[in-house]
Amino acid sequence: MQYHSPSSFNEAVAISNSSSGLVKYLAGGTDVLVQLKIGTKSPDHLIDIKNIPGVREISLRDDGGYTIGAAVSGAQLTDHKELSKKWPGLVEGMELVGSAQIQSRATLVGNLCNGSPAADSVPGMIAAGASVSILNSSGTKDVLVEDIPSGPGSTSLKNGELITAINLPKRNDYEGDAYLRFIPRTEMDIAVVGCAVNLSLENGFITTAKVVLGAVGPKVMLAHSAADCLVGTKLDDNILSRFSAKCSQIAKPISDKRGSAEFRKDIIGVIAQRAARKAYDRALGKY
Amino acid sequence: MTKIHVKTNINGDKVEFLTDPRETLLDCLRNHIGLTGSKEGCGTGDCGACSCIFDGNLVSSCLVLGVEAEGKSIETIEGMAGEKELHPLQKKFIEMAALQCGFCTPGILIAAKALLDRNNDPTESEVRYWLAGNLCRCTGYDKIIKAVMETAKDIRETA
Ligand SMILES: Cc1cc2nc3c(=O)[nH]c(=O)nc-3n(C[C@H](O)[C@H](O)[C@H](O)COP(=O)(O)OP(=O)(O)OC[C@H]3O[C@@H](n4cnc5c(N)ncnc54)[C@H](O)[C@@H]3O)c2cc1C
Ligand code: FES
Ligand code: FES
Repeated sequence: MQYHSPSSFNEAVAISNSSSGLVKYLAGGTDVLVQLKIGTKSPDHLIDIKNIPGVREISLRDDGGYTIGAAVSGAQLTDHKELSKKWPGLVEGMELVGSAQIQSRATLVGNLCNGSPAADSVPGMIAAGASVSILNSSGTKDVLVEDIPSGPGSTSLKNGELITAINLPKRNDYEGDAYLRFIPRTEMDIAVVGCAVNLSLENGFITTAKVVLGAVGPKVMLAHSAADCLVGTKLDDNILSRFSAKCSQIAKPISDKRGSAEFRKDIIGVIAQRAARKAYDRALGKY
Repeated sequence: MTKIHVKTNINGDKVEFLTDPRETLLDCLRNHIGLTGSKEGCGTGDCGACSCIFDGNLVSSCLVLGVEAEGKSIETIEGMAGEKELHPLQKKFIEMAALQCGFCTPGILIAAKALLDRNNDPTESEVRYWLAGNLCRCTGYDKIIKAVMETAKDIRETA
């Protein structure tokens, strides 16, 4: 294996395009090094992006949205007070990833590109309407995060394509998001189910809703019809139980050691309902 | 396989070593540099026995490549005690018997120090969550948590 530590994104893509064999980018390494250790993926070339200037920065754009560099760690997100206040759901999803040791390294981009249907930060990014900036040999493009996961362990990124940053839209008043997952322990476990909800309100009525389900299908998925149940409502108990039933209905989980398909279908309804309530309260500025 | 020459700083000392790019920082510390205080419990980020401070951040050194250490500064358990005295956490762990076999202890001390360096008044839950990535098969954790809470109290009182 050859290790590369380029000092620009263009150089990183050029190395990738001119190398043969299995080529991987390295962000925090909390997936890559585990795969290296257990021998599931053994790259011939590893391209570390952490020494590229600006790659660990969180910046506010002129349009009021945030741009998060590809190597920003979970701990950096949590420590960023303003971002955590505007996007608590997105930040709490990433914060659930691993221990303090993992948080110093793990990134949103790595979590996304690893392609796990149970990735904890991905539902929050999709619910937020986030996009990623992608660099390849023909230039840069912006792609919605929802279009990146393509199946268990796979993404729509082509060979050599590099994500340089994540872009969050501007946050307005009366908007709120939340992410909740179910695990049988209190820390250090992989989601049995997860759900992110992002809402905008006007006079207490929901005007737009995004609902994203994790670990109940081959990839993290948007639940449009469940979100539709919420729009135009004030989230009363009737609506919440319809919404919950809809999420259970949409979920297409498998059975594995973490839970049976039947249990997952049941529990996603409960978790989704709680996430919706939390996002709603946050949109009202309650916490 | 060509080895890579890495120059880094460990516990305040300049250190150079040769490494295969696949080797982890933990492998390098233990096998090339002779610092065997950091332990390998799992090698996959789950147990925290290999905890080190890497450029100011608490990491599992089994999830960092040795080559990534180039130009960085690293703190390991070997650098925790002062010239003449143990670190207050080390003293408290001995005093309160917060260890049995001791395999997890270097990692737990490093992780606890990283916490107290940023917050010397943590709640018990904060300590428990912070140390969730450090497994101990002997103590049942209670004595460890109490020792960290007591050290924090001592630090606050002497501050
Ligand atoms: C002990 C432990 C606990 C964990 N707990 C959780 C958990 O609770 N929830 C959870 O979701 N995950 C968990 N994980 C998995 C992992 O920590 C996360 O998926 C993490 O976010 C990965 O980020 P990274 O920066 O470390 O990725 P890396 O390991 O660096 O990379 C992951 C993948 O992304 C690719 N990649 C990285 N950067 C780019 C880029 N810029 N452009 C294109 N591709 C790129 C890599 O090639 C690789 O395929 C855990 C892992 C460990 C070891
Ligand atoms: S050996 Fe590194 S976390 Fe277990
Ligand atoms: S004292 Fe034995 S593992 Fe903790």
